[in-house]
Amino acid sequence: MASIEMKNIVKKYGDGFPAVNDVSLDIDEGEFMILVGPSGCGKSTLLRMIVGLEDITSGDMVIGGTRVNDKAPRERNLSMVFQNYALYPHLSVFENIAFPLRLAKVDDAEVQRRVNEAADVLELHEHLERKPANLSGGQRQRVAMGRAIVRQAEAFLFDEPLSNLDAKLRGQMRTEISRLQRRLGITTVYVTHDQTEAMTLGDRVCVLRKGKIQQVASPRELYEQPVNLFVAGFIGSPPMNFLPAQLEGSRLTTPFGDIELDERRAAAVAGRDLLLVGIRPEYFEDASLVDEAKRPLGSVFTARVDVTEWLGDSQFAYIPYEAPDEIRTQLRELSKELDSEELRTQAIVSIDATSRIREGRDAEFWLDSRKVHVFDPTTGDNLTRDADAGAELTRMAAEDRVEQVQSAEGEGISAA
Amino acid sequence: MSTKEKTWWGVAGVAIVIYALFPIAWIVSLSFKAPSALNNGNFLPGAPTWENYSLILTGGASDLFLPALRNSFGICLIATAISCLLAMFAAYAIARLDFPGKKFILGTALAVAIFPVISIVTPLFNLWRNIGLYDTWPGLIIPYLSLTLPISIWTMSAFFREIPWEMEQAAQVDGATTWQAFRKVIVPLAAPGVFTTAIIAFFIAWNDFVYGISLTSTEAARPVPAALGLFSGASQFEDPTGAIAAAAVIVTIPVIVLVLLFQRRIVAGLTNGAVKG
Repeated sequence: MASIEMKNIVKKYGDGFPAVNDVSLDIDEGEFMILVGPSGCGKSTLLRMIVGLEDITSGDMVIGGTRVNDKAPRERNLSMVFQNYALYPHLSVFENIAFPLRLAKVDDAEVQRRVNEAADVLELHEHLERKPANLSGGQRQRVAMGRAIVRQAEAFLFDEPLSNLDAKLRGQMRTEISRLQRRLGITTVYVTHDQTEAMTLGDRVCVLRKGKIQQVASPRELYEQPVNLFVAGFIGSPPMNFLPAQLEGSRLTTPFGDIELDERRAAAVAGRDLLLVGIRPEYFEDASLVDEAKRPLGSVFTARVDVTEWLGDSQFAYIPYEAPDEIRTQLRELSKELDSEELRTQAIVSIDATSRIREGRDAEFWLDSRKVHVFDPTTGDNLTRDADAGAELTRMAAEDRVEQVQSAEGEGISAA
Repeated sequence: MSTKEKTWWGVAGVAIVIYALFPIAWIVSLSFKAPSALNNGNFLPGAPTWENYSLILTGGASDLFLPALRNSFGICLIATAISCLLAMFAAYAIARLDFPGKKFILGTALAVAIFPVISIVTPLFNLWRNIGLYDTWPGLIIPYLSLTLPISIWTMSAFFREIPWEMEQAAQVDGATTWQAFRKVIVPLAAPGVFTTAIIAFFIAWNDFVYGISLTSTEAARPVPAALGLFSGASQFEDPTGAIAAAAVIVTIPVIVLVLLFQRRIVAGLTNGAVKG
């Protein structure tokens, strides 16, 4: 187990294009770090530089206190799970898992013991003699994990390990990976573009965009105190709504009525003209279903609903709105960067599943204005980010993790 | 597919098989005929006889045939082994590494393969005589390599390209050196390709006639195809056709055995299960 420190890492390809640009990131011992971002953001390249499959153009990669820039992958003692598993098809499951041990010339009895141990953890016992070709996708995935955990590696690296599984299996394996990591307490770097995985697995999440780090924080901080438009738009599903707004004193005029800002936020945005307001879908509600006590904390507006989607436990409504051209192009570029294609400017709002709001009619909505963020439309910066509150969220997450690891270790001891 | 269509496919298939196998059946039939019955116009030998086989294996022609058989086996196996080994490294480099002149190497290999043998055999004859390679095993192995290497490199690099690169990277992360990754992962995965290539290379060397007849003069190195051309009948008035047919049948046997032996290894799809398919 070791910490991983990256100092000003740059990766330039032959044509001079920087796939990873000046990334500095410290990953603590035993921490679960997620690298996330849309395709082409450099997250996989970064992971491959950690493991040594990709040369580092400049900067320092330090693992466990030693600089490893010039070390071959085999000298770094890291284990990796590949997106397509990369199992050895000519070897049985047992030999696949034992492969790293065989290379290290571990004696036979010890190989037996450790492979069996790994097979216990991953419930692979009845498959040990089979060939990878005869296994299902989930089983292959477990074999790949077995090969990673069988030796005492300094850290685990996962490169989108679940993206080839179907949705149900993905959920199961996700919890499995989380449990395994807590139990082994080993430093883990996990690359994904799936934000459910990013939110649920990571102690901290590093959001990358075009090879640059946007924000490194606990999932909660990313969600509640995003640093800019990109992070705000990337984290959360359905995504955050961005509405154009005019500032008048401490009051924002938006297509969905006026929003009154508190003192702190009003001061932060003062002196600007055109702004973008970021409102998460769940900050909205069907006005008729809001408690009288809560009502004064937000504002009420009327809008025509375009489409509703009822999902049983929740309901989404789509409300189109008009936006100035400059905002419209800004939003279109953002959505393109986030791998989605937003054809019209519309807000997605989450309303109670019991709401009787119907498509094509005007309806009254209530908007919780306490948690809205205000962004600068040209730079994309979050003007109302509360850095202290964010840091507090990440500190709390770190505390939780220490507690979880301790209890997992306690369980391990009592089980043994 | 309707029954009618199936029948047509069946009939067409049988016709093609008969067309392809007829000359072979004819040779087999000839090899069992007595010299006097060769020109009797019947397809089947009226009175099958082992006379031709005993002639080439133990009789008068055995001095010519048996050393030639030994030469052919030795020379072709050595040429195949060398060519496979060299082609394996070359193909790996071509499939995996990015180096200047890669296209040039592949192009040259192709050019060598299509270069007509007959145009180089005369200079080669003179050269070999001068440097003492004439009528020796290496004297044939070297030109055979020029025949087999290009095709071996081309086939094997196609096989190597099929192997996902992640396999090798996984091995490296697991603690293998480049050589270990090659030997323990790439070579086993490429085995079907290696066998296929080996068989093709062996056939090419085994079937060669021009080099065999031109670069040898005695039983020291003369391969079977060349020896067949030198057969003579029991007397100068007798046709050696029966003996040649018998020898042809015998030299076909190793080829058939080889294919049957490795048929199961040649099946594609060994990489199934390596990656999500």
